[in-house]
Amino acid sequence: MNTDNNAKVPAADPFADERLKRTHFYPRAAQLNIRDAWSAWNGYKFADYYYDAEYEYFCVRNGCATYDICPMQKYFISGADAETMLNRMVSRDITKLNLNRVTYLCWCTDAGRMVDDGTVFRLGADKFMLTCGSPSLAWLRKSAFGFNKLSIIDMSDEIAALSFQGPTSCEVLKQMGLEGIDSLKPFNIIHFPFGDSGGNRDDKPLMVSRTGFTGDLGYELWIKPELALDLWDALYAAGENYGIQPFGEAATNMARLEAGFIMPGMEFNEALKTIHFQHDHSPFELGLGWLVDFKKPHFNGRKALLKERDARPEYTLVKLDIEGNKPAEESHLYSDKRCNHEIGYVTSAMWSPVVKANIALAMVKTKYLQGDIWAEIYYVKELRHYSKTVRCTLQDKPFWAPARTRATPPLAY
Amino acid sequence: MQHYDTIIIGAGHNGLICATYLAKKGQRVLLLEASETLGGLAATREFHPGFKAAVAHTVSHFSAKVARDLNLTAHGFDSPMVPMPTVGLNAAGEHVVLTGIGVDAEIIGVSAEDAASYRQYRQLLQRFVELLEPFWLKTMPRVGDTRWSSLLTFAQLGLKMRLLGKQDMGEFMRLAMLPARDLMDENFDSELLKAVLSWDGLIGSKMAPRSPNASVLTLLYRMSGELGGAHAIPSGGIESLVQALYSAATASGVEVKIGARVGRILIQGNSDGLKTTGVELADGEQINAARVVSSTDPQRTFLELVGVENLEIEFTNRIRRLRCDGYVAKLHLALDGLPNFTGLAKPDGRMIIAVDMDAIEFAFDDAKYGGYSQQPVMEIVVPSLRHESLAPEGKHVLSAHVMYVPYKLKGGWTEDARAALCQRVIDTVAVYAPQIKAQILHSELLTPQDLEQTHQVTGGHWHHGELSVDQMLMMRPTYEAAQYSTPIPGLYLCGAGSHPGGGLMGGPGHNAARKILE
Ligand SMILES: Cc1cc2nc3c(=O)[nH]c(=O)nc-3n(C[C@H](O)[C@H](O)[C@H](O)COP(=O)(O)OP(=O)(O)OC[C@H]3O[C@@H](n4cnc5c(N)ncnc54)[C@H](O)[C@@H]3O)c2cc1C
Repeated sequence: MNTDNNAKVPAADPFADERLKRTHFYPRAAQLNIRDAWSAWNGYKFADYYYDAEYEYFCVRNGCATYDICPMQKYFISGADAETMLNRMVSRDITKLNLNRVTYLCWCTDAGRMVDDGTVFRLGADKFMLTCGSPSLAWLRKSAFGFNKLSIIDMSDEIAALSFQGPTSCEVLKQMGLEGIDSLKPFNIIHFPFGDSGGNRDDKPLMVSRTGFTGDLGYELWIKPELALDLWDALYAAGENYGIQPFGEAATNMARLEAGFIMPGMEFNEALKTIHFQHDHSPFELGLGWLVDFKKPHFNGRKALLKERDARPEYTLVKLDIEGNKPAEESHLYSDKRCNHEIGYVTSAMWSPVVKANIALAMVKTKYLQGDIWAEIYYVKELRHYSKTVRCTLQDKPFWAPARTRATPPLAY
Repeated sequence: MQHYDTIIIGAGHNGLICATYLAKKGQRVLLLEASETLGGLAATREFHPGFKAAVAHTVSHFSAKVARDLNLTAHGFDSPMVPMPTVGLNAAGEHVVLTGIGVDAEIIGVSAEDAASYRQYRQLLQRFVELLEPFWLKTMPRVGDTRWSSLLTFAQLGLKMRLLGKQDMGEFMRLAMLPARDLMDENFDSELLKAVLSWDGLIGSKMAPRSPNASVLTLLYRMSGELGGAHAIPSGGIESLVQALYSAATASGVEVKIGARVGRILIQGNSDGLKTTGVELADGEQINAARVVSSTDPQRTFLELVGVENLEIEFTNRIRRLRCDGYVAKLHLALDGLPNFTGLAKPDGRMIIAVDMDAIEFAFDDAKYGGYSQQPVMEIVVPSLRHESLAPEGKHVLSAHVMYVPYKLKGGWTEDARAALCQRVIDTVAVYAPQIKAQILHSELLTPQDLEQTHQVTGGHWHHGELSVDQMLMMRPTYEAAQYSTPIPGLYLCGAGSHPGGGLMGGPGHNAARKILE
């Protein structure tokens, strides 16, 4: 018998199906993920941070940075019934959404509880792209039943998407050769030639929308997977002198909280995933009443939402400015300093470097919004545990909403 | 343009009844019927020159209250009717024959023990029939509704159950969901008797003796009328019931249009939400009304006439999931003379072919997998014995409900498939009436798909949708539409798909009218 010991076939990976998938930008992102700090999003390996969360946050606020949004769910909804179908599903009026515009919206169950929030891109009279945080195909299919001139395609794996945020982001895109990018208004979409299509001006495989989740100037770049790495390289080449840096989930979470954006799993539960019937939320509870357009005669959850609006929700999500500098993470809220009467809880909190304030989002029982709000904060100092009760002040405006976010053209750098 | 208070879609018996109640209260009512005949699944039509038959061939629990309220006797409906015997056919002529009503029920052809058990069984069921009696003509409480009127309906049931006494109450709770098989095995020895007694709990639904569901409730529903579960053919036939309802309707001012198919229910939207404004006929004509009441089945009403864009998503999906596939086919035979069934002096009963409960169960098994049984089970009447004008003099019509013929046949309902089934059914009848084949002038077999086509009923379903626990009472057809009103203001349901269900009974039409007039 003659066995060749050197030619051992490696055993097949018994966990192959269980392992996290890699995004289209993975080869580059992995190289820059110095800390190997990965978590997961929708089955994809996903950076929590690359080097240091705070550093990445400052890149977003002071320079520019990329956030890999390949794991975000993307659906093409097209056909003669697409507009009607979507318009019945969401609570905003889609018919008012113009070509090459994006809108933020949410959709609810029949009972008016929020299934998810997301954005819809109008890519044609009969063509939309819906993006959202978690898989929604089942709900989309349910919503599509009865519409015959309709196609829904899950493009989540088929489109490479990169969010590019920060005050210098426009400048970098200009450097990359995206002519006219500076005249793109917030929530607008524009298409550019890219890569091989350089010669053919009609082939525009790169889609850019002026959107993002940081509350700052920023764009989202959409391209076919084959061009993903070329896009990354072009962007990083153009951004070299602008301190371009990838940022992960942790920095995103800081930036979005300053901007007052809500996060599933923190501010809200997706209605289809809760067991207790009151553990989900209505848009009114989440301060998203502006996404509910009662001028529209019909949309899912309308009747229930009308009731909820008039009766006022039990809880309301509010922005709090909190005394001191200890983040009020997971704090309980009281109507009195002695913490006898509980009226709510904090959903997200941080010390905000740009605002220089101790900020939080919190769910407070609506009927106590007029009175005092106190937070009981637990914190640790060199392994010693402390607690204190501090006063909270309601904020109506986003903590962070600089003019530069919306300026068109954006400031040059 | 004309303006009506109410437009009713479909002139089946429920549409006619609802229309009449509303018109009697002074409403201007327009009743629109797609086909050229009235009566829906109770319509009588000529299937061979000189020979007529109705889809529904007997009446068992038509509401006495409706008959009274609408004064149907004055309009030509002979109520109360003469109950016909129910006969469990045996090839050798050793039939089981049930006669009489309620406590006067008699039985022939079984052992003394079975006869005694039968009397007890009837008495027990009769007490349950009385227990449920008030609920068939009532609007069911809304799920989650805690208003007094709703709670009262529940309280009433609770009280009635208490009045039954502890033992009966326990029995009722136990029996309500019991498969027919267990109920029969507990009580009787005769296989034929068991098959015959389980029949009325099963016919029209996708259930067999061993199916755990509410076949006992269905049975009690059918026993709710004055006939106590016996069947009858009015002397003027089913036609005379439809005719009386039509006459009562027009007498009270209902405008009836036949050949007027509604293509769409008109729904208008503004910042106050949606509202029903009328209907559009298939030819494009639009007619306005303050409200529209549909007696066509829930799936057709919502998915075709209303359109999903006007409905909510979860509601739509509940309607989509309603189980509507029919499992009953109809055989109509034009006969040269009176058929002779072995051992029967006269075929004037309701004759059931099902030798034992396994025969029913196995026929169901075939249908479950998209086939039909080579030993079909069925219920036969010779309606021309009672309603002479159905056939030329000296000639007769045989009408049979053949059970467990699937709406969706594997391979499809081709001409060949239909002809083969028709032959199989005739061969089966001939086992009990050996000379019948020579008497057949013409035969017709209508599959559930044919019934769907002719009578515009989804799945050709007896009840417009299964009458099973999950689609019954306050769940019928589904919550948010179970009180005759629908999620769309101005749109109501009044057909068999609503509580209490199908059969020539009139409950849905009556209850819907009362809800509208509330
Ligand atoms: C094969 C079979 C046998 C049966 N046998 C018996 C029996 O022996 N005894 C018994 O009591 N019950 C029997 N039933 C049940 C009974 O016939 C039905 O439950 C009952 O007739 C239903 O009455 P309805 O008024 O609710 O609806 P239907 O009778 O179905 O009436 C609905 C009407 O609406 C019309 N319509 C539908 N769509 C439109 C539209 N778009 N525009 C205008 N009109 C429209 C239809 O043409 C129809 O006339 C039988 C059912 C079947 C299928």
